[in-house]
Amino acid sequence: MRLLRPLIVFLVLVAAWQGFVQVSGVAAFILPGPDKVGIALLTHWRALLGHGAITLAEIVLGLVLGSALGVASALTIAWFRPARQWLMPILVVSQAIPVFAIAPILVLWLGYGMISKVAMATLIIYFPVTAAFLDGLRRTEPGWLDLARAMGGSRLSVLRHIRIPAGLPALTSGVRVATAVAPIGAVVGEWVGSSAGLGHFMLQKNARMEIDLMFAALLVLALIAVTLYFAVDWALRRALPWQADGEATAD
Amino acid sequence: MTEGSTLDSSAEPAAPGVRLEAASLAYKGRPLFENLNLELPAGRITCLLGPSGVGKSSLLRLIAGLAEGARCRVRDTEDRAIAGRFAYMAQQDLLLPWCSALGNVTLGSRLRGEPRGRDLEARARRMLTRVGLAGHEADRPSGLSGGMRQRVALARTLMEQRPIVLMDEPFSALDAITRYEIQELAATLLAGRTVLLVTHDPLEALRLGHRVQVMSGRPARLDVPLEPPGPPPRDPADPAVLALQAELLKRLARARQAQ
Repeated sequence: MRLLRPLIVFLVLVAAWQGFVQVSGVAAFILPGPDKVGIALLTHWRALLGHGAITLAEIVLGLVLGSALGVASALTIAWFRPARQWLMPILVVSQAIPVFAIAPILVLWLGYGMISKVAMATLIIYFPVTAAFLDGLRRTEPGWLDLARAMGGSRLSVLRHIRIPAGLPALTSGVRVATAVAPIGAVVGEWVGSSAGLGHFMLQKNARMEIDLMFAALLVLALIAVTLYFAVDWALRRALPWQADGEATAD
Repeated sequence: MTEGSTLDSSAEPAAPGVRLEAASLAYKGRPLFENLNLELPAGRITCLLGPSGVGKSSLLRLIAGLAEGARCRVRDTEDRAIAGRFAYMAQQDLLLPWCSALGNVTLGSRLRGEPRGRDLEARARRMLTRVGLAGHEADRPSGLSGGMRQRVALARTLMEQRPIVLMDEPFSALDAITRYEIQELAATLLAGRTVLLVTHDPLEALRLGHRVQVMSGRPARLDVPLEPPGPPPRDPADPAVLALQAELLKRLARARQAQ
Protein backbone atom coordinates (compact mmCIF):
# COMPACT_ATOMS: atom_id res chain seq x y z
CA MET A 1 0.00 0.00 0.00
CA ARG A 2 2.84 2.37 0.83
CA LEU A 3 4.28 1.96 -2.65
CA LEU A 4 0.89 1.96 -4.31
CA ARG A 5 -0.30 5.22 -2.76
CA PRO A 6 1.88 7.64 -4.80
CA LEU A 7 0.99 5.69 -7.94
CA ILE A 8 -2.73 6.06 -7.24
CA VAL A 9 -2.34 9.78 -6.52
CA PHE A 10 -0.44 10.14 -9.79
CA LEU A 11 -3.07 8.26 -11.80
CA VAL A 12 -5.92 10.27 -10.27
CA LEU A 13 -4.13 13.54 -11.10
CA VAL A 14 -3.52 12.46 -14.69
CA ALA A 15 -7.14 11.37 -15.04
CA ALA A 16 -8.35 14.72 -13.65
CA TRP A 17 -6.06 16.54 -16.05
CA GLN A 18 -7.34 14.53 -19.02
CA GLY A 19 -10.92 15.01 -17.87
CA PHE A 20 -10.48 18.77 -17.51
CA VAL A 21 -8.94 19.07 -20.99
CA GLN A 22 -11.75 16.97 -22.47
CA VAL A 23 -14.63 18.77 -20.75
CA SER A 24 -13.39 22.36 -21.04
CA GLY A 25 -12.22 21.91 -24.63
CA VAL A 26 -9.20 24.14 -23.93
CA ALA A 27 -6.90 24.56 -26.94
CA ALA A 28 -3.95 22.17 -27.08
CA PHE A 29 -1.48 25.08 -27.41
CA ILE A 30 -2.69 26.43 -24.05
CA LEU A 31 -2.98 23.18 -22.13
CA PRO A 32 -2.22 19.91 -23.89
CA GLY A 33 -3.76 16.80 -22.39
CA PRO A 34 -1.60 14.11 -20.82
CA ASP A 35 -2.04 11.98 -23.95
CA LYS A 36 -0.33 14.62 -26.13
CA VAL A 37 2.39 15.19 -23.54
CA GLY A 38 2.92 11.43 -23.36
CA ILE A 39 3.33 11.21 -27.11
CA ALA A 40 5.73 14.17 -27.11
CA LEU A 41 7.73 12.45 -24.38
CA LEU A 42 7.95 9.24 -26.40
CA THR A 43 8.80 10.83 -29.74
CA HIS A 44 11.40 13.26 -28.39
CA TRP A 45 12.91 11.15 -25.61
CA ARG A 46 16.38 11.34 -27.10
CA ALA A 47 16.47 15.16 -27.12
CA LEU A 48 14.86 15.33 -23.68
CA LEU A 49 17.37 12.88 -22.30
CA GLY A 50 20.29 14.86 -23.74
CA HIS A 51 19.08 18.20 -22.38
CA GLY A 52 18.05 16.58 -19.10
CA ALA A 53 21.52 15.13 -18.61
CA ILE A 54 23.06 18.56 -19.04
CA THR A 55 20.67 20.18 -16.55
CA LEU A 56 21.22 17.34 -14.08
CA ALA A 57 24.99 17.74 -14.39
CA GLU A 58 24.66 21.48 -13.71
CA ILE A 59 22.50 20.85 -10.66
CA VAL A 60 24.77 18.16 -9.21
CA LEU A 61 27.95 20.16 -9.80
CA GLY A 62 26.33 23.22 -8.24
CA LEU A 63 25.21 21.15 -5.31
CA VAL A 64 28.67 19.72 -4.70
CA LEU A 65 30.44 23.06 -5.11
CA GLY A 66 27.88 25.06 -3.16
CA SER A 67 27.84 22.57 -0.29
CA ALA A 68 31.65 22.39 -0.15
CA LEU A 69 31.94 26.18 -0.11
CA GLY A 70 29.15 26.43 2.47
CA VAL A 71 30.80 23.88 4.78
CA ALA A 72 34.17 25.62 4.44
CA SER A 73 32.64 29.04 5.19
CA ALA A 74 30.69 27.78 8.18
CA LEU A 75 33.80 26.15 9.64
CA THR A 76 35.87 29.29 9.05
CA ILE A 77 33.27 31.50 10.69
CA ALA A 78 32.86 29.11 13.63
CA TRP A 79 36.62 28.89 14.16
CA PHE A 80 37.55 32.58 13.81
CA ARG A 81 34.92 34.35 15.87
CA PRO A 82 35.64 37.83 14.43
CA ALA A 83 35.15 36.39 10.92
CA ARG A 84 31.46 36.29 11.61
CA GLN A 85 31.13 40.06 11.72
CA TRP A 86 33.09 40.37 8.49
CA LEU A 87 31.57 37.58 6.48
CA MET A 88 27.94 37.58 7.57
CA PRO A 89 27.07 40.90 5.83
CA ILE A 90 28.55 39.55 2.59
CA LEU A 91 26.52 36.40 2.96
CA VAL A 92 23.31 38.28 3.59
CA VAL A 93 23.92 40.65 0.67
CA SER A 94 24.63 37.68 -1.59
CA GLN A 95 21.13 36.48 -0.74
CA ALA A 96 19.43 39.86 -0.97
CA ILE A 97 20.24 40.17 -4.70
CA PRO A 98 17.77 38.05 -6.66
CA VAL A 99 19.43 35.34 -8.76
CA PHE A 100 17.48 36.54 -11.78
CA ALA A 101 19.25 39.87 -11.54
CA ILE A 102 22.76 38.45 -11.55
CA ALA A 103 22.06 35.70 -14.07
CA PRO A 104 22.75 37.90 -17.14
CA ILE A 105 26.03 39.08 -15.61
CA LEU A 106 27.14 35.53 -14.89
CA VAL A 107 26.28 34.51 -18.45
CA LEU A 108 28.20 37.54 -19.74
CA TRP A 109 31.26 36.64 -17.66
CA LEU A 110 31.20 32.88 -17.81
CA GLY A 111 29.65 32.30 -21.20
CA TYR A 112 26.71 30.34 -22.56
CA GLY A 113 28.08 26.98 -21.49
CA MET A 114 27.58 24.99 -18.32
CA ILE A 115 29.91 27.03 -16.12
CA SER A 116 27.56 29.98 -15.74
CA LYS A 117 24.71 27.63 -14.74
CA VAL A 118 26.88 25.77 -12.25
CA ALA A 119 27.88 29.12 -10.79
CA MET A 120 24.24 30.10 -10.51
CA ALA A 121 23.29 26.87 -8.77
CA THR A 122 26.33 27.18 -6.48
CA LEU A 123 25.30 30.68 -5.53
CA ILE A 124 21.76 29.67 -4.67
CA ILE A 125 22.92 26.63 -2.66
CA TYR A 126 25.73 28.30 -0.80
CA PHE A 127 23.66 30.33 1.63
CA PRO A 128 21.24 27.74 3.03
CA VAL A 129 24.13 25.34 3.56
CA THR A 130 26.37 27.90 5.27
CA ALA A 131 23.60 29.28 7.46
CA ALA A 132 22.33 25.87 8.53
CA PHE A 133 25.74 24.40 9.31
CA LEU A 134 26.90 27.51 11.13
CA ASP A 135 23.78 27.38 13.23
CA GLY A 136 24.49 23.75 14.04
CA LEU A 137 28.10 24.49 14.96
CA ARG A 138 27.11 27.31 17.27
CA ARG A 139 24.39 25.41 19.09
CA THR A 140 26.39 22.60 20.58
CA GLU A 141 24.86 21.25 23.78
CA PRO A 142 26.67 23.29 26.49
CA GLY A 143 26.95 20.20 28.71
CA TRP A 144 29.12 18.48 26.09
CA LEU A 145 31.41 21.47 25.98
CA ASP A 146 31.72 21.49 29.80
CA LEU A 147 32.52 17.80 29.73
CA ALA A 148 35.10 18.30 26.99
CA ARG A 149 36.67 21.14 28.95
CA ALA A 150 36.97 18.96 32.06
CA MET A 151 38.48 16.19 29.94
CA GLY A 152 41.12 18.57 28.68
CA GLY A 153 40.27 18.66 24.98
CA SER A 154 41.87 21.33 22.80
CA ARG A 155 39.70 23.68 20.78
CA LEU A 156 40.50 21.83 17.58
CA SER A 157 39.71 18.41 18.98
CA VAL A 158 36.46 19.65 20.51
CA LEU A 159 35.51 21.02 17.10
CA ARG A 160 36.44 17.76 15.43
CA HIS A 161 34.99 15.27 17.90
CA ILE A 162 32.00 17.18 19.25
CA ARG A 163 30.98 20.36 17.47
CA ILE A 164 31.20 19.11 13.88
CA PRO A 165 29.35 15.82 14.44
CA ALA A 166 26.81 17.68 16.57
CA GLY A 167 26.31 20.16 13.72
CA LEU A 168 25.83 17.52 11.03
CA PRO A 169 22.05 17.16 11.45
CA ALA A 170 21.71 20.92 10.88
CA LEU A 171 24.02 20.63 7.87
CA THR A 172 21.93 17.88 6.37
CA SER A 173 18.75 19.93 6.66
CA GLY A 174 20.62 22.76 4.91
CA VAL A 175 21.68 20.37 2.14
CA ARG A 176 18.07 19.15 1.80
CA VAL A 177 16.84 22.70 1.31
CA ALA A 178 19.71 23.31 -1.11
CA THR A 179 18.80 20.23 -3.12
CA ALA A 180 15.24 21.46 -3.43
CA VAL A 181 16.28 24.91 -4.71
CA ALA A 182 19.28 23.87 -6.82
CA PRO A 183 17.21 23.23 -10.01
CA ILE A 184 16.00 26.86 -9.84
CA GLY A 185 19.55 28.12 -10.20
CA ALA A 186 20.34 25.88 -13.14
CA VAL A 187 17.08 26.53 -15.03
CA VAL A 188 17.17 30.28 -14.49
CA GLY A 189 20.69 30.25 -15.90
CA GLU A 190 19.51 28.31 -18.93
CA TRP A 191 16.64 30.72 -19.54
CA VAL A 192 18.90 33.74 -19.50
CA GLY A 193 21.29 32.39 -22.05
CA SER A 194 22.36 28.92 -23.02
CA SER A 195 22.81 26.51 -25.86
CA ALA A 196 21.59 23.35 -24.12
CA GLY A 197 19.68 22.08 -21.11
CA LEU A 198 16.02 21.67 -20.25
CA GLY A 199 15.52 25.39 -19.62
CA HIS A 200 16.92 26.14 -23.07
CA PHE A 201 14.71 23.45 -24.62
CA MET A 202 11.57 24.78 -22.92
CA LEU A 203 12.28 28.34 -23.97
CA GLN A 204 12.67 27.23 -27.60
CA LYS A 205 9.53 25.11 -27.61
CA ASN A 206 7.56 27.90 -25.93
CA ALA A 207 8.56 30.30 -28.67
CA ARG A 208 7.38 27.78 -31.29
CA MET A 209 4.12 27.10 -29.44
CA GLU A 210 5.06 23.44 -29.04
CA ILE A 211 3.47 23.40 -25.65
CA ASP A 212 3.22 19.61 -25.42
CA LEU A 213 7.02 19.40 -25.66
CA MET A 214 7.34 22.15 -23.08
CA PHE A 215 5.21 20.12 -20.70
CA ALA A 216 7.24 17.03 -21.48
CA ALA A 217 10.44 18.91 -20.58
CA LEU A 218 8.78 20.18 -17.43
CA LEU A 219 7.92 16.61 -16.46
CA VAL A 220 11.51 15.51 -17.00
CA LEU A 221 12.74 18.43 -14.90
CA ALA A 222 10.30 17.58 -12.11
CA LEU A 223 11.39 13.95 -12.27
CA ILE A 224 15.04 14.97 -12.00
CA ALA A 225 14.35 17.31 -9.07
CA VAL A 226 12.26 14.80 -7.13
CA THR A 227 14.61 11.88 -7.78
CA LEU A 228 17.60 13.96 -6.75
CA TYR A 229 15.87 15.12 -3.59
CA PHE A 230 14.95 11.62 -2.51
CA ALA A 231 18.38 10.27 -3.41
CA VAL A 232 20.07 12.98 -1.31
CA ASP A 233 17.59 12.49 1.51
CA TRP A 234 18.20 8.73 1.49
CA ALA A 235 21.96 9.18 1.42
CA LEU A 236 21.87 11.68 4.31
CA ARG A 237 19.74 9.37 6.40
CA ARG A 238 22.14 6.53 5.73
CA ALA A 239 25.07 8.76 6.67
CA LEU A 240 23.54 9.82 10.02
CA PRO A 241 21.59 6.83 11.31
CA TRP A 242 21.61 8.17 14.89
CA GLN A 243 19.69 11.20 13.72
CA ALA A 244 17.19 9.43 11.47
CA ASP A 245 15.93 7.47 14.47
CA GLY A 246 15.04 10.63 16.32
CA GLU A 247 13.27 12.07 13.31
CA ALA A 248 11.11 9.02 12.86
CA THR A 249 9.85 9.15 16.44
CA ALA A 250 9.14 12.88 16.21
CA ASP A 251 6.88 12.30 13.27
CA MET B 1 38.64 -11.13 36.75
CA THR B 2 41.82 -10.34 38.69
CA GLU B 3 42.84 -8.20 35.78
CA GLY B 4 39.61 -6.27 36.06
CA SER B 5 39.88 -5.56 39.74
CA THR B 6 43.42 -4.21 39.65
CA LEU B 7 42.87 -2.17 36.60
CA ASP B 8 42.54 1.44 37.70
CA SER B 9 43.54 1.91 41.28
CA SER B 10 47.10 0.68 40.78
CA ALA B 11 47.81 3.10 37.94
CA GLU B 12 46.62 6.15 39.79
CA PRO B 13 48.36 8.38 42.30
CA ALA B 14 46.79 8.65 45.75
CA ALA B 15 43.89 11.11 45.68
CA PRO B 16 44.66 14.49 47.20
CA GLY B 17 42.27 16.49 49.36
CA VAL B 18 40.79 19.62 47.84
CA ARG B 19 40.20 23.00 49.45
CA LEU B 20 37.92 25.65 48.06
CA GLU B 21 38.67 28.99 49.67
CA ALA B 22 36.93 32.34 49.66
CA ALA B 23 34.50 31.44 46.92
CA SER B 24 32.18 34.22 45.82
CA LEU B 25 29.60 34.09 43.08
CA ALA B 26 26.70 36.38 42.17
CA TYR B 27 23.65 35.49 40.15
CA LYS B 28 21.68 38.37 38.59
CA GLY B 29 23.32 40.88 40.92
CA ARG B 30 22.52 38.92 44.10
CA PRO B 31 25.30 37.01 45.78
CA LEU B 32 24.77 33.24 45.82
CA PHE B 33 27.62 32.85 48.26
CA GLU B 34 30.42 34.99 49.60
CA ASN B 35 33.74 33.90 51.06
CA LEU B 36 32.59 30.30 51.25
CA ASN B 37 35.05 27.60 52.21
CA LEU B 38 34.68 23.90 51.52
CA GLU B 39 37.05 21.08 52.19
CA LEU B 40 36.96 17.74 50.40
CA PRO B 41 38.95 15.24 52.49
CA ALA B 42 41.39 13.08 50.52
CA GLY B 43 40.00 9.81 49.21
CA ARG B 44 36.54 10.47 50.69
CA ILE B 45 33.10 11.12 49.27
CA THR B 46 31.69 14.49 50.33
CA CYS B 47 27.97 14.98 49.68
CA LEU B 48 26.47 18.41 49.32
CA LEU B 49 22.75 18.93 49.86
CA GLY B 50 20.52 21.97 49.95
CA PRO B 51 17.30 23.48 48.61
CA SER B 52 17.20 24.03 44.86
CA GLY B 53 18.60 27.36 43.80
CA VAL B 54 20.94 27.61 46.76
CA GLY B 55 23.98 27.27 44.51
CA LYS B 56 25.13 23.66 45.03
CA SER B 57 25.69 23.08 41.33
CA SER B 58 27.33 26.47 40.95
CA LEU B 59 29.74 25.58 43.74
CA LEU B 60 30.65 22.36 41.96
CA ARG B 61 31.04 24.13 38.62
CA LEU B 62 33.25 26.65 40.35
CA ILE B 63 35.59 23.90 41.53
CA ALA B 64 35.57 22.49 38.00
CA GLY B 65 36.52 25.91 36.64
CA LEU B 66 33.31 26.05 34.61
CA ALA B 67 31.63 29.00 36.38
CA GLU B 68 31.90 32.41 34.75
CA GLY B 69 32.48 35.52 36.82
CA ALA B 70 33.38 33.67 40.01
CA ARG B 71 36.14 34.44 42.46
CA CYS B 72 37.74 31.65 44.40
CA ARG B 73 40.86 29.65 45.11
CA VAL B 74 40.84 25.92 44.48
CA ARG B 75 43.88 24.03 45.70
CA ASP B 76 44.72 20.50 46.67
CA THR B 77 46.30 19.69 50.03
CA GLU B 78 49.75 20.26 48.53
CA ASP B 79 48.66 23.70 47.34
CA ARG B 80 48.59 22.84 43.65
CA ALA B 81 45.84 23.62 41.13
CA ILE B 82 43.56 20.68 40.32
CA ALA B 83 43.12 21.33 36.59
CA GLY B 84 43.53 18.13 34.60
CA ARG B 85 43.16 15.96 37.69
CA PHE B 86 39.40 15.78 38.02
CA ALA B 87 36.59 14.10 36.12
CA TYR B 88 33.16 15.66 35.76
CA MET B 89 29.79 13.93 35.69
CA ALA B 90 26.51 15.77 35.26
CA GLN B 91 22.82 15.07 35.79
CA GLN B 92 22.31 14.48 32.07
CA ASP B 93 24.37 11.57 30.83
CA LEU B 94 25.87 13.85 28.12
CA LEU B 95 26.48 10.85 25.89
CA LEU B 96 27.22 11.66 22.27
CA PRO B 97 24.34 10.18 20.26
CA TRP B 98 26.54 9.37 17.26
CA CYS B 99 29.03 7.29 19.26
CA SER B 100 28.62 3.74 20.53
CA ALA B 101 28.88 3.06 24.26
CA LEU B 102 32.53 2.19 23.66
CA GLY B 103 33.08 5.39 21.69
CA ASN B 104 31.53 7.44 24.47
CA VAL B 105 33.63 5.81 27.16
CA THR B 106 36.84 6.57 25.23
CA LEU B 107 35.85 10.16 24.41
CA GLY B 108 38.34 11.70 26.84
CA SER B 109 41.38 10.07 25.30
CA ARG B 110 40.13 10.95 21.80
CA LEU B 111 39.73 14.58 22.83
CA ARG B 112 43.24 14.67 24.25
CA GLY B 113 44.61 13.07 21.10
CA GLU B 114 46.02 10.09 22.96
CA PRO B 115 47.05 7.06 20.87
CA ARG B 116 44.14 4.72 20.18
CA GLY B 117 45.86 1.50 21.09
CA ARG B 118 44.31 -1.87 21.74
CA ASP B 119 45.02 -1.25 25.42
CA LEU B 120 42.61 1.64 25.49
CA GLU B 121 39.85 -0.36 23.89
CA ALA B 122 40.46 -3.33 26.15
CA ARG B 123 40.37 -1.06 29.19
CA ALA B 124 37.13 0.56 27.97
CA ARG B 125 35.56 -2.87 27.45
CA ARG B 126 36.55 -3.94 30.94
CA MET B 127 35.14 -0.72 32.35
CA LEU B 128 31.82 -1.31 30.59
CA THR B 129 31.81 -4.86 31.95
CA ARG B 130 32.37 -3.52 35.45
CA VAL B 131 29.33 -1.24 35.21
CA GLY B 132 27.33 -4.23 33.99
CA LEU B 133 27.13 -3.38 30.31
CA ALA B 134 29.05 -6.25 28.75
CA GLY B 135 27.54 -6.98 25.35
CA HIS B 136 26.34 -3.39 24.87
CA GLU B 137 29.68 -1.98 23.68
CA ALA B 138 28.43 -1.28 20.17
CA ASP B 139 25.02 0.11 21.17
CA ARG B 140 24.26 3.75 20.58
CA PRO B 141 22.79 5.77 23.48
CA SER B 142 19.38 5.85 21.80
CA GLY B 143 19.24 2.07 22.19
CA LEU B 144 19.94 2.14 25.93
CA SER B 145 17.65 2.79 28.89
CA GLY B 146 18.15 5.79 31.16
CA GLY B 147 19.88 3.68 33.80
CA MET B 148 22.17 2.07 31.24
CA ARG B 149 23.05 5.44 29.78
CA GLN B 150 24.03 6.73 33.20
CA ARG B 151 26.14 3.62 33.69
CA VAL B 152 27.96 4.44 30.47
CA ALA B 153 28.47 7.96 31.80
CA LEU B 154 29.86 6.49 35.03
CA ALA B 155 32.21 4.24 33.03
CA ARG B 156 33.32 7.28 31.01
CA THR B 157 34.01 9.18 34.25
CA LEU B 158 36.06 6.29 35.65
CA MET B 159 37.96 5.82 32.37
CA GLU B 160 39.43 9.25 32.96
CA GLN B 161 41.49 7.80 35.82
CA ARG B 162 41.35 11.07 37.66
CA PRO B 163 41.90 11.15 41.44
CA ILE B 164 39.19 13.78 41.93
CA VAL B 165 35.60 13.28 40.75
CA LEU B 166 32.98 16.02 40.69
CA MET B 167 29.42 14.76 40.32
CA ASP B 168 26.42 17.02 39.86
CA GLU B 169 23.23 15.12 40.76
CA PRO B 170 24.38 12.25 38.60
CA PHE B 171 21.59 9.83 39.49
CA SER B 172 18.65 12.16 40.07
CA ALA B 173 16.98 11.46 36.72
CA LEU B 174 16.77 7.72 37.42
CA ASP B 175 13.95 5.72 38.96
CA ALA B 176 14.34 4.55 42.57
CA ILE B 177 15.51 0.98 41.91
CA THR B 178 17.91 1.90 39.12
CA ARG B 179 19.28 4.66 41.31
CA TYR B 180 19.75 2.26 44.21
CA GLU B 181 21.74 -0.13 42.03
CA ILE B 182 23.92 2.50 40.44
CA GLN B 183 24.67 4.06 43.86
CA GLU B 184 25.97 0.71 45.01
CA LEU B 185 28.13 0.47 41.91
CA ALA B 186 29.39 4.04 42.22
CA ALA B 187 30.35 3.61 45.88
CA THR B 188 32.46 0.58 44.99
CA LEU B 189 34.06 2.04 41.89
CA LEU B 190 34.75 5.47 43.40
CA ALA B 191 36.45 4.08 46.51
CA GLY B 192 39.75 5.84 47.19
CA ARG B 193 38.97 8.92 45.14
CA THR B 194 38.21 12.40 46.40
CA VAL B 195 34.61 12.90 45.38
CA LEU B 196 32.22 15.81 45.57
CA LEU B 197 28.66 14.59 45.04
CA VAL B 198 25.94 17.20 44.75
CA THR B 199 22.53 15.63 45.36
CA HIS B 200 19.03 16.49 46.51
CA ASP B 201 18.39 13.01 47.90
CA PRO B 202 19.20 12.72 51.67
CA LEU B 203 19.24 8.93 51.50
CA GLU B 204 21.67 8.98 48.60
CA ALA B 205 23.96 11.29 50.56
CA LEU B 206 23.83 9.02 53.63
CA ARG B 207 24.40 5.86 51.61
CA LEU B 208 27.39 7.22 49.71
CA GLY B 209 28.94 10.05 51.71
CA HIS B 210 31.76 9.89 54.23
CA ARG B 211 30.76 13.42 54.96
CA VAL B 212 27.42 15.13 54.33
CA GLN B 213 26.97 18.88 54.33
CA VAL B 214 23.90 21.07 53.90
CA MET B 215 24.16 24.38 52.11
CA SER B 216 21.57 27.04 52.95
CA GLY B 217 20.69 30.72 53.03
CA ARG B 218 21.61 33.58 50.80
CA PRO B 219 24.47 34.23 50.67
CA ALA B 220 24.79 30.51 51.33
CA ARG B 221 26.64 28.94 54.24
CA LEU B 222 27.62 25.35 54.96
CA ASP B 223 26.62 23.73 58.22
CA VAL B 224 28.62 21.35 60.40
CA PRO B 225 29.24 18.15 58.43
CA LEU B 226 27.47 14.93 59.34
CA GLU B 227 29.67 11.87 59.24
CA PRO B 228 27.67 8.66 58.92
CA PRO B 229 29.44 5.65 60.48
CA GLY B 230 30.79 2.75 58.41
CA PRO B 231 32.02 2.51 54.83
CA PRO B 232 29.73 3.25 51.88
CA PRO B 233 27.55 1.96 50.33
CA ARG B 234 25.52 1.77 53.52
CA ASP B 235 22.38 -0.25 54.01
CA PRO B 236 19.38 2.11 53.91
CA ALA B 237 17.76 0.01 56.66
CA ASP B 238 20.70 0.62 59.02
CA PRO B 239 19.28 2.37 62.14
CA ALA B 240 22.18 4.83 62.18
CA VAL B 241 21.43 5.81 58.59
CA LEU B 242 17.74 6.18 59.37
CA ALA B 243 18.43 8.34 62.43
CA LEU B 244 20.74 10.55 60.43
CA GLN B 245 18.18 10.76 57.66
CA ALA B 246 15.68 12.25 60.11
CA GLU B 247 18.30 14.73 61.28
CA LEU B 248 19.21 15.59 57.69
CA LEU B 249 15.58 16.15 56.71
CA LYS B 250 15.23 18.54 59.64
CA ARG B 251 18.28 20.46 58.51
CA LEU B 252 16.97 20.59 54.93
CA ALA B 253 13.59 21.87 56.11
CA ARG B 254 15.34 24.62 58.06
CA ALA B 255 17.51 25.37 55.04
CA ARG B 256 14.43 25.75 52.89
CA GLN B 257 12.93 28.26 55.32
CA ALA B 258 16.14 30.25 55.25
CA GLN B 259 15.90 30.44 51.47
